[in-house]
Amino acid sequence: MVSVPVSTTINSDEVEFLCRADESLLDVLRNRLGLMGAKEGCGTGDCGACSVIMDGRIVCSCLVLGAEAEGRTIETIEGMADGNELHPLQKKFIEHAALQCGICTPGFLMAAKALLDANPDPTEEEIRFWLAGNLCRCTGYDKIVRAVADAAQEMRGKRA
Amino acid sequence: MRYERPKTTAEVTNLLAGAVGRAFVLAGGTDLLVRMKSDDFEVDLVVDIKAIPSMSEISETADGFEIGAAVPCAVLGENKALVAAWPGVVEAANLIGSTQIQGRCTIAGNLCNASPAADSVPAMVAAGAHARIASPDGAKIVAVEEIPVGPGETSLKKGEFIEAILIPKRSPRSGDAYLRFIPRTEMDIAVVGAGVRLTLDEQGGIESARVALGAVGPKVVLSEEAARAIVGSKLEEAALDALAEACSAASTPIDDKRGTVEFRKHVVGVLARRAAKLAYKRAGEN
Repeated sequence: MVSVPVSTTINSDEVEFLCRADESLLDVLRNRLGLMGAKEGCGTGDCGACSVIMDGRIVCSCLVLGAEAEGRTIETIEGMADGNELHPLQKKFIEHAALQCGICTPGFLMAAKALLDANPDPTEEEIRFWLAGNLCRCTGYDKIVRAVADAAQEMRGKRA
Repeated sequence: MRYERPKTTAEVTNLLAGAVGRAFVLAGGTDLLVRMKSDDFEVDLVVDIKAIPSMSEISETADGFEIGAAVPCAVLGENKALVAAWPGVVEAANLIGSTQIQGRCTIAGNLCNASPAADSVPAMVAAGAHARIASPDGAKIVAVEEIPVGPGETSLKKGEFIEAILIPKRSPRSGDAYLRFIPRTEMDIAVVGAGVRLTLDEQGGIESARVALGAVGPKVVLSEEAARAIVGSKLEEAALDALAEACSAASTPIDDKRGTVEFRKHVVGVLARRAAKLAYKRAGEN
Protein backbone atom coordinates (compact mmCIF):
# COMPACT_ATOMS: atom_id res chain seq x y z
CA MET A 1 0.00 0.00 0.00
CA VAL A 2 1.22 3.49 -0.89
CA SER A 3 1.89 5.79 2.04
CA VAL A 4 0.09 9.13 2.13
CA PRO A 5 2.10 12.21 3.17
CA VAL A 6 0.11 14.51 5.45
CA SER A 7 0.79 18.02 6.76
CA THR A 8 -1.45 19.12 9.59
CA THR A 9 -1.60 21.16 12.77
CA ILE A 10 -1.93 19.31 16.07
CA ASN A 11 -2.16 21.25 19.34
CA SER A 12 -0.77 24.35 17.56
CA ASP A 13 2.28 22.44 16.27
CA GLU A 14 2.83 21.88 12.57
CA VAL A 15 3.15 18.16 12.10
CA GLU A 16 4.04 16.02 9.08
CA PHE A 17 3.60 12.28 8.91
CA LEU A 18 3.25 9.38 6.50
CA CYS A 19 0.38 6.97 6.98
CA ARG A 20 -1.32 4.08 5.22
CA ALA A 21 -4.33 5.13 3.14
CA ASP A 22 -6.73 3.16 5.34
CA GLU A 23 -5.17 4.18 8.66
CA SER A 24 -7.41 6.04 11.10
CA LEU A 25 -6.42 9.37 12.62
CA LEU A 26 -6.64 7.62 16.00
CA ASP A 27 -3.99 5.07 14.95
CA VAL A 28 -1.81 7.86 13.56
CA LEU A 29 -2.04 9.84 16.81
CA ARG A 30 -1.29 6.85 19.01
CA ASN A 31 1.09 4.74 16.94
CA ARG A 32 2.98 7.27 14.85
CA LEU A 33 2.91 10.50 16.86
CA GLY A 34 3.05 9.13 20.40
CA LEU A 35 -0.10 10.97 21.42
CA MET A 36 -1.66 8.23 23.53
CA GLY A 37 -4.39 10.32 25.20
CA ALA A 38 -7.14 9.46 22.72
CA LYS A 39 -8.26 5.89 23.42
CA GLU A 40 -9.74 3.20 21.26
CA GLY A 41 -12.89 1.93 22.94
CA CYS A 42 -15.09 0.57 20.18
CA GLY A 43 -13.41 1.67 16.95
CA THR A 44 -16.83 2.28 15.39
CA GLY A 45 -17.80 5.75 16.61
CA ASP A 46 -20.11 4.60 19.41
CA CYS A 47 -18.12 5.28 22.59
CA GLY A 48 -16.36 8.62 22.09
CA ALA A 49 -13.13 7.57 23.86
CA CYS A 50 -11.14 8.68 20.80
CA SER A 51 -12.77 12.15 20.60
CA VAL A 52 -10.62 14.97 19.26
CA ILE A 53 -11.52 18.44 17.99
CA MET A 54 -10.98 18.89 14.25
CA ASP A 55 -11.46 22.37 12.80
CA GLY A 56 -13.48 23.30 15.88
CA ARG A 57 -15.81 20.27 15.82
CA ILE A 58 -15.71 17.27 18.10
CA VAL A 59 -15.25 14.07 16.09
CA CYS A 60 -14.38 10.43 16.71
CA SER A 61 -10.78 10.08 15.51
CA CYS A 62 -11.44 6.37 14.84
CA LEU A 63 -13.86 7.51 12.09
CA VAL A 64 -11.43 9.93 10.45
CA LEU A 65 -8.67 8.77 8.12
CA GLY A 66 -5.20 10.01 8.97
CA ALA A 67 -5.03 11.24 5.37
CA GLU A 68 -8.05 13.47 5.98
CA ALA A 69 -6.06 15.49 8.54
CA GLU A 70 -4.26 17.23 5.65
CA GLY A 71 -4.53 20.99 6.15
CA ARG A 72 -6.76 20.64 9.19
CA THR A 73 -6.39 21.82 12.76
CA ILE A 74 -6.56 19.06 15.36
CA GLU A 75 -6.80 19.47 19.13
CA THR A 76 -6.16 16.50 21.40
CA ILE A 77 -6.16 16.04 25.17
CA GLU A 78 -2.37 16.54 25.19
CA GLY A 79 -2.91 20.20 24.28
CA MET A 80 -5.61 20.91 26.85
CA ALA A 81 -3.50 21.97 29.84
CA ASP A 82 -1.54 25.20 29.59
CA GLY A 83 1.93 23.94 30.50
CA ASN A 84 1.61 22.67 34.06
CA GLU A 85 -1.65 24.55 34.59
CA LEU A 86 -4.60 22.17 34.12
CA HIS A 87 -7.63 23.35 32.16
CA PRO A 88 -10.60 24.21 34.43
CA LEU A 89 -12.41 21.14 33.09
CA GLN A 90 -9.50 18.91 34.08
CA LYS A 91 -9.40 20.44 37.57
CA LYS A 92 -13.14 20.02 38.02
CA PHE A 93 -13.05 16.38 36.87
CA ILE A 94 -10.51 15.71 39.64
CA GLU A 95 -12.40 17.78 42.21
CA HIS A 96 -15.71 16.03 41.51
CA ALA A 97 -14.08 12.58 41.20
CA ALA A 98 -15.60 12.39 37.74
CA LEU A 99 -13.35 9.54 36.69
CA GLN A 100 -12.38 6.10 37.84
CA CYS A 101 -10.48 3.97 35.34
CA GLY A 102 -9.80 6.99 33.12
CA ILE A 103 -10.24 5.36 29.70
CA CYS A 104 -13.20 7.55 28.75
CA THR A 105 -11.84 10.70 30.41
CA PRO A 106 -9.80 12.26 27.56
CA GLY A 107 -12.80 11.86 25.25
CA PHE A 108 -15.17 13.38 27.80
CA LEU A 109 -12.81 16.29 28.40
CA MET A 110 -12.43 17.06 24.70
CA ALA A 111 -16.19 16.78 24.11
CA ALA A 112 -16.88 19.00 27.13
CA LYS A 113 -14.33 21.54 25.88
CA ALA A 114 -16.03 21.62 22.47
CA LEU A 115 -19.36 22.15 24.24
CA LEU A 116 -18.11 25.05 26.37
CA ASP A 117 -16.32 26.60 23.37
CA ALA A 118 -19.70 26.65 21.57
CA ASN A 119 -21.97 27.27 24.54
CA PRO A 120 -20.41 28.73 27.70
CA ASP A 121 -23.63 28.39 29.72
CA PRO A 122 -25.24 25.03 28.93
CA THR A 123 -28.21 23.65 30.84
CA GLU A 124 -27.90 20.23 32.46
CA GLU A 125 -30.00 18.80 29.64
CA GLU A 126 -27.70 20.37 27.03
CA ILE A 127 -24.63 18.92 28.79
CA ARG A 128 -26.19 15.45 28.94
CA PHE A 129 -27.34 15.61 25.34
CA TRP A 130 -23.97 16.85 24.04
CA LEU A 131 -22.06 14.16 25.95
CA ALA A 132 -24.38 11.32 24.93
CA GLY A 133 -21.77 10.12 22.44
CA ASN A 134 -19.27 9.51 25.24
CA LEU A 135 -19.72 6.33 27.23
CA CYS A 136 -18.45 5.76 30.77
CA ARG A 137 -18.82 2.35 32.38
CA CYS A 138 -17.41 3.31 35.80
CA THR A 139 -18.82 6.45 37.34
CA GLY A 140 -22.27 6.84 36.00
CA TYR A 141 -22.66 10.25 34.47
CA ASP A 142 -23.74 12.49 37.35
CA LYS A 143 -20.27 13.41 38.54
CA ILE A 144 -19.15 14.13 35.00
CA VAL A 145 -22.17 16.36 34.32
CA ARG A 146 -21.62 18.20 37.61
CA ALA A 147 -17.92 18.69 36.84
CA VAL A 148 -18.74 20.17 33.44
CA ALA A 149 -21.41 22.49 34.87
CA ASP A 150 -19.03 23.63 37.62
CA ALA A 151 -16.20 24.24 35.14
CA ALA A 152 -18.57 26.21 32.91
CA GLN A 153 -19.56 28.39 35.84
CA GLU A 154 -15.96 29.01 36.83
CA MET A 155 -14.94 29.81 33.25
CA ARG A 156 -17.85 32.24 32.87
CA GLY A 157 -16.72 33.97 36.06
CA LYS A 158 -13.25 34.42 34.62
CA ARG A 159 -14.58 35.78 31.36
CA ALA A 160 -16.77 38.38 33.07
CA MET B 1 -6.37 0.70 -0.83
CA ARG B 2 -5.73 4.01 -2.57
CA TYR B 3 -6.81 7.39 -1.16
CA GLU B 4 -7.44 10.29 -3.53
CA ARG B 5 -8.49 13.84 -2.78
CA PRO B 6 -9.33 15.50 -6.10
CA LYS B 7 -10.05 19.21 -6.43
CA THR B 8 -12.78 19.06 -9.10
CA THR B 9 -15.98 17.13 -9.72
CA ALA B 10 -14.65 15.95 -13.09
CA GLU B 11 -11.65 14.36 -11.39
CA VAL B 12 -13.99 12.56 -8.97
CA THR B 13 -16.15 11.08 -11.72
CA ASN B 14 -13.08 10.09 -13.77
CA LEU B 15 -11.50 8.37 -10.79
CA LEU B 16 -14.74 6.53 -10.01
CA ALA B 17 -15.35 5.60 -13.65
CA GLY B 18 -11.81 4.33 -14.14
CA ALA B 19 -11.54 2.51 -10.82
CA VAL B 20 -10.45 -1.11 -10.83
CA GLY B 21 -12.23 -2.93 -8.01
CA ARG B 22 -14.47 -1.36 -5.40
CA ALA B 23 -14.50 2.43 -5.17
CA PHE B 24 -16.26 4.58 -2.59
CA VAL B 25 -16.83 8.28 -2.13
CA LEU B 26 -15.76 9.63 1.27
CA ALA B 27 -17.68 12.58 2.74
CA GLY B 28 -18.22 12.21 6.52
CA GLY B 29 -17.09 8.60 6.64
CA THR B 30 -19.36 7.66 9.54
CA ASP B 31 -20.72 4.67 7.62
CA LEU B 32 -17.81 3.96 5.26
CA LEU B 33 -15.07 3.87 7.91
CA VAL B 34 -17.13 1.56 10.12
CA ARG B 35 -17.63 -0.80 7.17
CA MET B 36 -13.92 -0.61 6.29
CA LYS B 37 -13.10 -2.12 9.68
CA SER B 38 -15.09 -5.23 8.91
CA ASP B 39 -13.05 -8.20 7.61
CA ASP B 40 -15.44 -9.04 4.79
CA PHE B 41 -15.50 -5.52 3.32
CA GLU B 42 -13.11 -4.81 0.46
CA VAL B 43 -12.31 -1.33 -0.77
CA ASP B 44 -9.73 -0.50 -3.44
CA LEU B 45 -10.22 3.24 -3.87
CA VAL B 46 -11.54 5.95 -1.56
CA VAL B 47 -12.26 9.32 -3.17
CA ASP B 48 -12.44 12.09 -0.56
CA ILE B 49 -14.62 14.90 -1.97
CA LYS B 50 -13.92 17.46 0.76
CA ALA B 51 -11.16 19.30 -1.13
CA ILE B 52 -13.86 20.56 -3.54
CA PRO B 53 -15.16 23.76 -1.85
CA SER B 54 -18.76 23.49 -3.13
CA MET B 55 -19.14 20.09 -1.44
CA SER B 56 -19.01 21.76 1.97
CA GLU B 57 -21.33 24.67 1.18
CA ILE B 58 -25.03 25.37 1.61
CA SER B 59 -26.29 27.90 -0.90
CA GLU B 60 -29.70 29.49 -1.23
CA THR B 61 -30.72 29.69 -4.87
CA ALA B 62 -33.85 30.96 -6.64
CA ASP B 63 -35.12 27.36 -6.57
CA GLY B 64 -34.37 26.63 -2.93
CA PHE B 65 -31.39 25.21 -1.07
CA GLU B 66 -28.40 23.43 -2.50
CA ILE B 67 -26.62 21.36 0.14
CA GLY B 68 -23.15 20.13 -0.84
CA ALA B 69 -22.64 16.39 -0.42
CA ALA B 70 -20.04 16.82 2.33
CA VAL B 71 -21.95 19.31 4.54
CA PRO B 72 -22.11 17.77 8.03
CA CYS B 73 -25.58 17.45 9.57
CA ALA B 74 -24.54 19.71 12.48
CA VAL B 75 -24.06 22.52 9.95
CA LEU B 76 -27.65 22.09 8.70
CA GLY B 77 -28.87 22.76 12.24
CA GLU B 78 -26.77 25.94 12.38
CA ASN B 79 -28.24 27.33 9.13
CA LYS B 80 -31.09 29.57 10.28
CA ALA B 81 -32.71 29.94 6.84
CA LEU B 82 -32.79 26.18 6.29
CA VAL B 83 -34.14 25.53 9.79
CA ALA B 84 -36.88 28.13 9.22
CA ALA B 85 -37.85 26.73 5.81
CA TRP B 86 -37.54 22.98 6.39
CA PRO B 87 -37.52 22.22 10.12
CA GLY B 88 -38.56 18.60 9.50
CA VAL B 89 -35.60 17.91 7.23
CA VAL B 90 -33.16 19.51 9.67
CA GLU B 91 -34.63 17.74 12.70
CA ALA B 92 -34.40 14.40 10.90
CA ALA B 93 -30.77 15.06 9.94
CA ASN B 94 -29.94 16.10 13.50
CA LEU B 95 -31.36 12.85 14.92
CA ILE B 96 -28.50 10.88 13.40
CA GLY B 97 -25.92 9.80 15.99
CA SER B 98 -24.05 11.69 18.68
CA THR B 99 -22.45 15.15 18.64
CA GLN B 100 -19.28 13.50 17.32
CA ILE B 101 -21.19 11.84 14.46
CA GLN B 102 -23.15 15.04 13.69
CA GLY B 103 -19.88 16.85 13.02
CA ARG B 104 -19.15 14.46 10.16
CA CYS B 105 -22.27 12.68 8.90
CA THR B 106 -24.09 13.99 5.82
CA ILE B 107 -27.57 13.65 4.32
CA ALA B 108 -26.07 12.65 0.96
CA GLY B 109 -24.20 9.86 2.76
CA ASN B 110 -27.31 8.87 4.69
CA LEU B 111 -29.07 8.53 1.34
CA CYS B 112 -26.25 6.59 -0.38
CA ASN B 113 -25.77 4.24 2.57
CA ALA B 114 -29.30 3.16 1.62
CA SER B 115 -30.38 1.91 5.02
CA PRO B 116 -34.18 1.51 5.07
CA ALA B 117 -34.08 3.17 8.53
CA ALA B 118 -32.13 6.28 7.42
CA ASP B 119 -33.71 9.18 9.33
CA SER B 120 -33.06 12.00 6.89
CA VAL B 121 -34.42 10.14 3.86
CA PRO B 122 -38.19 10.16 4.55
CA ALA B 123 -37.90 13.83 5.53
CA MET B 124 -36.09 14.66 2.27
CA VAL B 125 -38.60 12.67 0.23
CA ALA B 126 -41.53 14.39 1.95
CA ALA B 127 -39.90 17.75 1.19
CA GLY B 128 -39.63 16.82 -2.50
CA ALA B 129 -35.81 16.93 -2.44
CA HIS B 130 -33.68 15.92 -5.41
CA ALA B 131 -30.10 14.75 -5.76
CA ARG B 132 -27.77 16.26 -8.34
CA ILE B 133 -25.69 13.42 -9.68
CA ALA B 134 -22.36 14.06 -11.38
CA SER B 135 -21.02 11.57 -13.90
CA PRO B 136 -18.38 11.61 -16.66
CA ASP B 137 -21.28 12.41 -19.05
CA GLY B 138 -22.44 15.44 -17.09
CA ALA B 139 -24.88 16.16 -14.30
CA LYS B 140 -28.47 14.98 -13.89
CA ILE B 141 -31.12 15.62 -11.29
CA VAL B 142 -33.00 12.71 -9.76
CA ALA B 143 -35.72 12.58 -7.08
CA VAL B 144 -34.31 11.41 -3.74
CA GLU B 145 -36.72 8.46 -3.61
CA GLU B 146 -35.17 7.08 -6.81
CA ILE B 147 -31.70 6.73 -5.23
CA PRO B 148 -32.13 3.80 -2.82
CA VAL B 149 -33.39 0.61 -4.42
CA GLY B 150 -33.04 -1.76 -1.46
CA PRO B 151 -31.01 -2.24 1.74
CA GLY B 152 -27.47 -1.02 0.98
CA GLU B 153 -28.19 -0.71 -2.77
CA THR B 154 -28.56 2.47 -4.81
CA SER B 155 -29.42 3.27 -8.42
CA LEU B 156 -26.09 5.10 -8.86
CA LYS B 157 -23.99 3.66 -11.68
CA LYS B 158 -20.23 3.36 -11.89
CA GLY B 159 -18.69 6.83 -12.26
CA GLU B 160 -21.69 8.59 -10.70
CA PHE B 161 -21.84 10.31 -7.35
CA ILE B 162 -24.20 12.71 -5.60
CA GLU B 163 -22.64 16.17 -5.51
CA ALA B 164 -25.52 18.02 -3.86
CA ILE B 165 -28.97 17.60 -2.36
CA LEU B 166 -31.48 20.13 -3.71
CA ILE B 167 -34.35 21.09 -1.45
CA PRO B 168 -37.03 23.18 -3.16
CA LYS B 169 -38.06 26.62 -2.04
CA ARG B 170 -40.84 26.18 0.51
CA SER B 171 -44.11 27.38 -0.94
CA PRO B 172 -46.34 29.67 1.16
CA ARG B 173 -48.55 28.02 3.82
CA SER B 174 -46.35 24.92 3.84
CA GLY B 175 -44.80 22.96 6.67
CA ASP B 176 -42.91 19.72 7.20
CA ALA B 177 -42.16 17.34 10.05
CA TYR B 178 -40.36 14.05 10.68
CA LEU B 179 -40.91 11.78 13.67
CA ARG B 180 -39.43 8.39 14.46
CA PHE B 181 -39.90 5.66 17.03
CA ILE B 182 -36.90 4.26 18.90
CA PRO B 183 -36.95 2.13 22.07
CA ARG B 184 -34.70 4.55 23.96
CA THR B 185 -34.84 8.33 24.17
CA GLU B 186 -31.87 9.22 21.90
CA MET B 187 -29.01 7.73 19.89
CA ASP B 188 -30.72 4.85 18.17
CA ILE B 189 -31.79 3.63 14.76
CA ALA B 190 -35.40 4.21 13.71
CA VAL B 191 -37.77 1.26 14.18
CA VAL B 192 -40.31 3.33 12.23
CA GLY B 193 -40.10 6.87 10.81
CA ALA B 194 -42.61 9.18 9.12
CA GLY B 195 -42.06 12.42 7.21
CA VAL B 196 -44.91 14.70 6.12
CA ARG B 197 -44.98 17.90 4.03
CA LEU B 198 -48.23 19.83 3.69
CA THR B 199 -49.34 22.90 1.78
CA LEU B 200 -52.56 24.60 2.84
CA ASP B 201 -55.03 26.66 0.83
CA GLU B 202 -56.13 30.08 2.09
CA GLN B 203 -58.95 28.53 4.11
CA GLY B 204 -56.59 26.17 5.97
CA GLY B 205 -57.54 23.07 4.01
CA ILE B 206 -54.77 20.77 2.81
CA GLU B 207 -54.09 21.53 -0.83
CA SER B 208 -51.24 19.08 -1.36
CA ALA B 209 -49.28 16.62 0.75
CA ARG B 210 -46.35 14.21 0.60
CA VAL B 211 -46.08 11.38 3.10
CA ALA B 212 -42.87 9.32 3.24
CA LEU B 213 -42.29 6.37 5.55
CA GLY B 214 -39.02 4.88 6.79
CA ALA B 215 -37.99 1.45 8.14
CA VAL B 216 -41.23 -0.18 7.00
CA GLY B 217 -39.95 -1.61 3.70
CA PRO B 218 -36.73 -2.35 1.82
CA LYS B 219 -36.53 1.35 0.91
CA VAL B 220 -38.32 4.58 1.78
CA VAL B 221 -42.04 4.44 0.95
CA LEU B 222 -43.67 7.49 -0.68
CA SER B 223 -47.38 6.83 -0.24
CA GLU B 224 -49.76 8.61 -2.58
CA GLU B 225 -52.71 6.94 -0.87
CA ALA B 226 -51.61 8.42 2.45
CA ALA B 227 -51.33 11.87 0.88
CA ARG B 228 -54.77 11.50 -0.76
CA ALA B 229 -56.25 10.58 2.63
CA ILE B 230 -55.60 14.08 3.96
CA VAL B 231 -55.77 16.32 0.87
CA GLY B 232 -58.94 18.43 1.08
CA SER B 233 -59.18 17.94 4.84
CA LYS B 234 -58.21 20.07 7.82
CA LEU B 235 -56.90 16.95 9.55
CA GLU B 236 -60.23 16.11 11.11
CA GLU B 237 -60.28 12.83 13.05
CA ALA B 238 -61.67 10.89 10.07
CA ALA B 239 -58.89 12.17 7.80
CA LEU B 240 -56.24 11.27 10.38
CA ASP B 241 -57.74 7.77 10.71
CA ALA B 242 -57.65 7.38 6.93
CA LEU B 243 -54.03 8.60 6.89
CA ALA B 244 -52.98 6.10 9.56
CA GLU B 245 -54.78 3.29 7.75
CA ALA B 246 -53.15 4.16 4.42
CA CYS B 247 -49.71 4.27 6.01
CA SER B 248 -50.20 0.88 7.68
CA ALA B 249 -51.41 -0.55 4.36
CA ALA B 250 -48.41 0.89 2.48
CA SER B 251 -45.93 -0.70 4.89
CA THR B 252 -44.21 -4.05 4.33
CA PRO B 253 -41.84 -4.12 7.30
CA ILE B 254 -39.56 -6.88 8.54
CA ASP B 255 -40.06 -8.75 11.80
CA ASP B 256 -37.04 -8.51 14.08
CA LYS B 257 -36.06 -8.02 17.72
CA ARG B 258 -36.46 -4.26 17.37
CA GLY B 259 -40.08 -4.42 16.26
CA THR B 260 -42.59 -6.92 14.94
CA VAL B 261 -44.46 -6.47 11.67
CA GLU B 262 -47.68 -5.82 13.58
CA PHE B 263 -46.01 -3.24 15.84
CA ARG B 264 -44.35 -1.40 12.96
CA LYS B 265 -47.54 -1.30 10.89
CA HIS B 266 -49.41 0.18 13.83
CA VAL B 267 -46.75 2.68 14.88
CA VAL B 268 -46.25 4.00 11.34
CA GLY B 269 -49.86 5.21 11.42
CA VAL B 270 -49.46 6.79 14.85
CA LEU B 271 -46.30 8.64 13.78
CA ALA B 272 -47.83 9.78 10.47
CA ARG B 273 -50.79 11.27 12.37
CA ARG B 274 -48.50 13.14 14.75
CA ALA B 275 -46.13 14.29 12.01
CA ALA B 276 -49.09 15.50 9.94
CA LYS B 277 -50.42 17.52 12.88
CA LEU B 278 -47.01 19.09 13.45
CA ALA B 279 -46.58 19.88 9.74
CA TYR B 280 -50.10 21.34 9.69
CA LYS B 281 -49.32 23.58 12.64
CA ARG B 282 -46.10 24.74 10.98
CA ALA B 283 -47.88 25.35 7.68
CA GLY B 284 -50.37 27.58 9.48
CA GLU B 285 -47.57 29.67 10.93
CA ASN B 286 -46.07 30.74 7.61
